[in-house]
Amino acid sequence: MTTDTTPYAIELRDISKRFGAVQANKDICLQVPAGTVHGIIGENGAGKSTLMSIIYGFYEADTGYIEVDGKRIDIHNSQDAINAGIGMVHQHFMLVENFSVLENVILGAEGGALLKEGVETARVELQRLAQEYSLDIDVDAIVEDLPVGLQQRVEILKALYRGARILILDEPTGVLTPQEADHLFRILDALKEQGVTVLLITHKLREILASTDNVSVMRQGQMVAHRETAKTSKEELAELMVGKKVRLTVDKDEATPSDVFLSAKNISQYDKQGVKRLKNINLELRAGEIVGIAGVSGNGQSELLNVLSGIEPMTEGELHVAGQVITAKAPKDAAQMRGLKMAHVPEDRHKMGLVTGFEAYEAAVLGYHNSSDYNGKVLMNRKVMIDECNQRMADWDVRPPNPHLKTANFSGGNQQKIVIAREVEQNPDILLIGQPTRGVDIGAIENIHEQIVKLRDSGKAILLVSVELDEIMALSDRIIVMFDGAVVGELDAKDADERTLGLMMANAFNKEEQENQKGESA
Amino acid sequence: MSQAKVPAWVNLALIPFLNILLAFVVSGLVILAIGEDPIEAASFLIYGAFGYNEGIAYTLYYATNLIFTGLAVSVAFKGGLFNIGGEGQAYIGGLGVGLVCLSLDHTMPLYIIAPLAILGAAAFGAAWAYVPAYLQARRGSHIVITTIMFNFIASSLMVYLIVNWLKEEGRMAANSRTFEESAWLPHLSDILAPLGIDIGYAPLNLAFVLALVCCVLVWALLWHTRWGYQLRTLGTNPTAAKYAGIDTAKVTIWAMLISGGLAGFVGVNEIMGANHSLLLNFTAGYGFAGIAVSLMGRNHPIGIIMAAILFGALYQGGSELAFEIPTITPEIVIVIQGLVILFSGALEHMFKDRIEGFFIRRAVA
Repeated sequence: MTTDTTPYAIELRDISKRFGAVQANKDICLQVPAGTVHGIIGENGAGKSTLMSIIYGFYEADTGYIEVDGKRIDIHNSQDAINAGIGMVHQHFMLVENFSVLENVILGAEGGALLKEGVETARVELQRLAQEYSLDIDVDAIVEDLPVGLQQRVEILKALYRGARILILDEPTGVLTPQEADHLFRILDALKEQGVTVLLITHKLREILASTDNVSVMRQGQMVAHRETAKTSKEELAELMVGKKVRLTVDKDEATPSDVFLSAKNISQYDKQGVKRLKNINLELRAGEIVGIAGVSGNGQSELLNVLSGIEPMTEGELHVAGQVITAKAPKDAAQMRGLKMAHVPEDRHKMGLVTGFEAYEAAVLGYHNSSDYNGKVLMNRKVMIDECNQRMADWDVRPPNPHLKTANFSGGNQQKIVIAREVEQNPDILLIGQPTRGVDIGAIENIHEQIVKLRDSGKAILLVSVELDEIMALSDRIIVMFDGAVVGELDAKDADERTLGLMMANAFNKEEQENQKGESA
Repeated sequence: MSQAKVPAWVNLALIPFLNILLAFVVSGLVILAIGEDPIEAASFLIYGAFGYNEGIAYTLYYATNLIFTGLAVSVAFKGGLFNIGGEGQAYIGGLGVGLVCLSLDHTMPLYIIAPLAILGAAAFGAAWAYVPAYLQARRGSHIVITTIMFNFIASSLMVYLIVNWLKEEGRMAANSRTFEESAWLPHLSDILAPLGIDIGYAPLNLAFVLALVCCVLVWALLWHTRWGYQLRTLGTNPTAAKYAGIDTAKVTIWAMLISGGLAGFVGVNEIMGANHSLLLNFTAGYGFAGIAVSLMGRNHPIGIIMAAILFGALYQGGSELAFEIPTITPEIVIVIQGLVILFSGALEHMFKDRIEGFFIRRAVA
């Protein structure tokens, strides 16, 4: 460890940042010694990305300041950050896909009106960097032809070319295969040997333990712990990440699951790039139960909802719903799935669940607009739509109860009520519900939870996807954990606790169990 | 959220008015620069367009074409599609009208020919829009590019057809023969004369009524049918459309078919109403002006009628102006029209933020 006389490569002093009512960062202090890899871990929404954005100049902190090499610096924009020797590799690459590696690297640092000179200097410099940090790459290759792992290397080279001595990597392995991730860790080691300081932002415990020297844990906008990686463990980190939260409680009786309403057999899905987003999913959904899908966001939950609801086609597998068999060759679209009495509250109400430019009564029939209830022979029956909307607004306490107000002008909670009411009031057999309470205030959360339980008690099958562990644990009768597009575990809600789920969500649970068993037998 | 606090009349009336005013101020400067009196020019223009019955009738005759092309653009636009091909669709629509009239005018009465000609206009216009629509919906080719290219193809095709097949023997101009009177759409002058309204020789005809009927139908289609609902969903939020199980490719194709059909109606007004023969270049840029009309009319039929009348007035008043003041050539009139398009269409947002900001601040204070 560094002694007191050596300044830290980067030091944060009491950084706070507030967005409206949300305190994204609160009194963050962090000291990173030069030439180390420092991990920052925390759940989604813990404030990691905000903090990194402050360091890289996308946001300015409300209070607090940053020191680099012991000197206080003001970072107003990313150019200031670059000048201070800070480089960032974003989770989603910022590359021009049809440019060559070399062109991408010099982008914004061309060094003159004519390209030739800059290109020649860059070529020499890149060769040096590539040797020094073992970042081999064909500088003339076109970026879009490169695999993701190499594209990331281009991003790292870009930062280094701009003289970065402090490198921030935001969820770097999110898009990488395990092999590519291992290679990345070797690159990080090489960088460290050359004295580069690395800040690694992630929610994956494995990475932290595999590649960092020190780790800091963030939770709800605060830095809750600093640990030396060698002296901590997965359990401790998982617990620190999740913390002891106020428990949401929902009054509900024991579930009495009966008939299987939906069964997914070996469902897989590939995206346009050919990446397998869903990996051989098997699940059953029974009448009268709530099955919760837990997982860190981006591990295939959205794809699963889209495939089950017919929005996206599956690539392989079979889906059995209401006596029908749906396959990749015989798909059904979202309207046909609704016809099988399946309703879907999508994860993102703005992008998918509503048309924000529509008046509330129009948005309240989205997906059911072809129903004979709302249509005359030629024209839609506005009166029926408006009357029904009035009725639902009263039943669900939507405020303001005005069917003619633009959907965009309702608060998040009320928008969500419009969506949930629309889906639930169709009296479906199966309800898929994603992030039911995202951006919804406490009072409305309770109301929504009660409705979901009521639906279960009336014999419906409910699939709940949420990144809120509390919500999953409070509502579910059975919990399925997804990681990297696959189901990695299933447990009865009674046996679930946050630590176990957290480990499963990080795909660290089974390995740890095995290690424990090994330890016991030794 | 800011929309909630800005009174509706600001967006619907004040901002368009300011934009047009600015266009006229700049036009005035142009007229000053060529040494004429802008006030005099403006009075000629306004008198020419609205000052006497025949002028008004001419204004409405031009507006008829612009209502059709404006509606065409708006239907596509409501579905998130930018149909730049109104010009070509109108041209081919005219071919449909011409073929019906040429083949039936010796044998059939007007009440048979007129409906068939209207159908022909719609079918030919729609067919011309179908190929770009199919390519967009099923193959992802950008509709802006394909519809522009189809304008050129339409233009060449019409030259070929008229010059080689449809031109009347012995005629100098590239026109078909003049239709028999049974294929002439009645002029409103004949209908209005018994009422004591004299609109002179203005070619304003029943197509104007058809245009107004189309406005009502488009309004009902967009805001009161499930197809319109699907179209608007697709246009504002394609992801939500997919979520709702809307067959987006099908809606896209139908939107373009309707759009093309509406543009094709220009042929009814021009070929059957005004010219009584199939001729070259009768579309005269109405297809493109329709884009400005639709933008300025906020893609709403009522707005489109108003914008079409404004542009019709510029056409009519502009030609009077060029006649009265010879130094103001037709090119200068086109400059004025261009300025109106520029300020009300392309620069629509120039004042918007500031004016809305002003009203929001006032509402807060």
